[in-house]
Amino acid sequence: MKELIEKQKFTGLSAAEVEEINAEISHYEDKSAVSIEALKIVQKYRGWVSDECLIAAAELLDMSPAQLEGVATFYNLIYRQPVGKTVIHYCNSVTCWMLGAEKVRQRLCEHLHVELGEMSDDGAYTVLPIVCLGACDHAPVVMVGKELCLDVIENTVSEILGR
Amino acid sequence: MATIEIDGKHYEAQDGQSLLAVCLSFGLNLPYFCWHPAMGSVGACRQCAVLQYQNPEDKRGRLVMACMTPVADAMRISIEAVPASQFRRENIELLMINHPHDCPVCEEGGECHLQDMTEMSGHTFRRYRGQKRTHANQYLGPFINHEMNRCIACYRCVRFYDDYAGGNDLQVFGMHNNVYFGRFEEGALENEFSGNLVEVCPTGVFTDRTFSAHYARKWDLQTAPSVCIHCGLGCNTAPGERYGQLRRIINRYNGEVNGYFLCDRGRFGYGFVNSPERIREPLLDGRSEITPQAAVNYLDNLCQTAKGVIGIGSPRASLEANFALRTLVGEENFFLGLNDIEHTLLSTIFNILRNCGIHTPSLREIEQADAVLIMGEDVTHTAPRLALSLRQSARNATFDLARSLKIAPWQDAAVRELKTQIKTPIFIASVCATRLDDIATDTFHGSPEDIARLGFAIAHRLDDQAPAPELMSDAENSLATAIAAELKQAKCPLIVSGTSCASIAVIQSAYNIAKALPSKDKQLTFTVPECNSLGLAIMGGGRLRQAFERINEGVADSVIVLENDLYRRAHSQTVDLFLQSAAHVVVMDSLRNKTAEQSELLLPTATFAESEGTLVNNEGRAQRYFPVYAVSEPVRGSWQWLTSAMEDSEWRHHDDLTAACAQAFPDLAAIAQVAPGAAYRFKGSKIPRQPERYSGRAAMFANINVREPAPPQDLETPFSFSMEGVTAQVPPALLPVIRAPGWNSNQAVNQFEEGVEGHLRGGDPGMRLIEASGNLAWFNDIPSAFKAEEGQWRIMPLPHIFGSEELSLHSAPIAERRPAPKILLNPLDAQALGVVNGDRLEISRSMETAIATLPVQIETTLPRGLLGVPAILPENQQINNPERVTLKKVAAEAENKPEIFL
Repeated sequence: MKELIEKQKFTGLSAAEVEEINAEISHYEDKSAVSIEALKIVQKYRGWVSDECLIAAAELLDMSPAQLEGVATFYNLIYRQPVGKTVIHYCNSVTCWMLGAEKVRQRLCEHLHVELGEMSDDGAYTVLPIVCLGACDHAPVVMVGKELCLDVIENTVSEILGR
Repeated sequence: MATIEIDGKHYEAQDGQSLLAVCLSFGLNLPYFCWHPAMGSVGACRQCAVLQYQNPEDKRGRLVMACMTPVADAMRISIEAVPASQFRRENIELLMINHPHDCPVCEEGGECHLQDMTEMSGHTFRRYRGQKRTHANQYLGPFINHEMNRCIACYRCVRFYDDYAGGNDLQVFGMHNNVYFGRFEEGALENEFSGNLVEVCPTGVFTDRTFSAHYARKWDLQTAPSVCIHCGLGCNTAPGERYGQLRRIINRYNGEVNGYFLCDRGRFGYGFVNSPERIREPLLDGRSEITPQAAVNYLDNLCQTAKGVIGIGSPRASLEANFALRTLVGEENFFLGLNDIEHTLLSTIFNILRNCGIHTPSLREIEQADAVLIMGEDVTHTAPRLALSLRQSARNATFDLARSLKIAPWQDAAVRELKTQIKTPIFIASVCATRLDDIATDTFHGSPEDIARLGFAIAHRLDDQAPAPELMSDAENSLATAIAAELKQAKCPLIVSGTSCASIAVIQSAYNIAKALPSKDKQLTFTVPECNSLGLAIMGGGRLRQAFERINEGVADSVIVLENDLYRRAHSQTVDLFLQSAAHVVVMDSLRNKTAEQSELLLPTATFAESEGTLVNNEGRAQRYFPVYAVSEPVRGSWQWLTSAMEDSEWRHHDDLTAACAQAFPDLAAIAQVAPGAAYRFKGSKIPRQPERYSGRAAMFANINVREPAPPQDLETPFSFSMEGVTAQVPPALLPVIRAPGWNSNQAVNQFEEGVEGHLRGGDPGMRLIEASGNLAWFNDIPSAFKAEEGQWRIMPLPHIFGSEELSLHSAPIAERRPAPKILLNPLDAQALGVVNGDRLEISRSMETAIATLPVQIETTLPRGLLGVPAILPENQQINNPERVTLKKVAAEAENKPEIFL
């Protein structure tokens, strides 16, 4: 896993990333308006946003690294640490929490041998909590990558992961 | 005006104001966190909830946040009603869930807004028994401690640091119940006003690191009203002392001058008072055998018998001390102690302020400007607090827009949303980039001559009568036209200039612009380098050069130097010659320096914290400072040494001296009224410097003597060195400490103001000595454009907030923030010399040996032919004079260390 993190650690931004960010900048009066887009672009290429990338992106947007970090850390879906190929978000808002989100988390982590936020040994998965996914009538809810899984109970966890 | 009913009582208030601000100005106890008088409302903390009733019949009411509710006529509210007070109690219980139980070891304790508000809200018992979230803290530099666990997430720190002071390295990270206020990575906070976080933070997240090193509770500190001596603005401060040591400085509200905020030099520069460099006893020929009385006799004798005694005054000594010296040596033998350039600049500025008929504004008035032109100053480094005020004037266009959209100015979040749409026109003409460039509409970089020429061109565009410079470039012409157009439209335009360019033409062009402006409410202000520069200019006296001539030509043989290191004023060879030629040299100062080393008789003088005096700031406002604690013999105030050497003097007391000084100079007539004199009594007693709760008085010196010593007597001021007496309701100029029942932090100032952010009840301290009158002619001396000469560079000293001021540099935290010595060079010049960033250049005066070798920093905004030298070392005097030098690249293998050869 360590090597994997090392491999993902690039310094600065690639030409493609810079080009895409600059294209976004051209749509706005104020460069800092592109903060979220820029972070998403970096993440699209790298899976997460390293310190080096964040500093480089901030420079591109005429912002201080701290200002961009404020944006990056506000959003659940911007990852400031390396994550697995697939990120599993389990909802821990009120409804899911009442209907067993905690047990789902436990089972997910046990199954993958990870703690929250860690990457599984094969680099395939990371489990993270997330706020309401808007499917409370099917709580508890888990999002695997971009796919929403409804009515998850302890027993179906392995099933989800099998997909 | 609106009449509103609060808990059955009727009050008159201004329509549309924030209800919280109004309640506080009535002296009502309504708790709050996220609101700040200077920063308005955001409605984040939900602590100021009150019950608002719809009509006289409504018995139920609804909860509203007072800070977000505008006052309207016939409004009926209740602070006391159970639903409101219960809501506040429960709200603070939630805010306190993660707050540690560490008040006994927290440095905020005893002056903590959170403690006060918790008590005020009635949350006196903790029910929460769960885990608290914890954070790692960051190292934030030598000024500020970080203890994030105490945070209640009111957001005031970032609202001050980012929104108000223009910083960008302190931010908030994370979201909902997991937020962190800090830097991207550890390191010193970059903004020059970071120290205000100590007072802005309602709890102990940000505390004064310099104070930690010798901490005492607020109630154990002895305090007296004081004035900052680290630049020419005269911000009001409240220094605190314990065990004979100055422990810290906090802000003292003055509605006209500094308001709620100080700069970091003013707040953290006090360490020199406790420095081991202090001169503690009189020395004769470097030996300490002389008693104070013998020293006085020596001085007296010298004045009687010497062939001729001259006195050299000081812009960092009080009016009274300078006046005493002037009287002792005689008017014709008194010299101001300023070098030729400083002297000419200051007398030019005084002449303009005195005779030009244009209003010179206070900092409060500066914040009202709707167009600004800065001529030749990097204000953040020369008069820091002024930069913070200019940053607020930058928002006036937004406020106008907000008003037209019917958004109240205190609706902070809403008003700030508008900021990207419109900007107050602010133009900065300077030698190179300044710290205010981020608020500038446009900037101009040039030599002082070119700045002045631009100024003259602007003046000419505003008024045909004003002389016009010839041979301007198209770019300069169009910039001048654009600036003139913006200034012409403004209702309240402001021109800022000062001494840091060392150019009379820049100052004169600033006047021409101000004179040419059509607006009735135009303003003109100048920064001056030291705390009493303008006072000295008002007093008048000879030039330092003339003083040197007196001695060197043998007209006089003795010199008394008052609190002035002459090596900072002139070339060391010149000063050496002068001091060696004099038969007798008497130096009076508080810190050792090169001049003091050369003295025959050295007299130890009190600092601002141990003495009293009157200073005149750049606005022409005379302000009095008082000793915070009694200085121990044989250290004395300069004025005391000087007056005791006058055999037949009637001036036994400071008040007599102030009165005599006021009488001697018509322009200083008002200084006697700056603050009440030593005879002042409130309810029969003097004003105590120690709070009622001052602890350990009977025991604090028991290791020396078990008997409680009698408190030192203060015959010179209205204050006593004790706890007895009353501080409430004394005149603002004499208010030693800000505290009110239930309000122990500095936030208590709302109980002393006429309306929030207003003037202090009883008037803001200080007397303005100069009011606009008269009318000066146009200045016609337009310099020709600067031309870079092949192989020659002109030195431009660049002042720096941490390093340019003499005394604060003796405070370790300030010295730590002093930038590394370097020289700034235009990229093309660097290319021509074949140097890149970090390479070292040898600086030589033409045809002479090298004067310094320093690393290069390439600065794209610096014009060609100029060499920027941060004025950060006292020894830099050698290379600080605006003269031409040659540069030579130093081979890389040479030792990589900056050197200055003296």
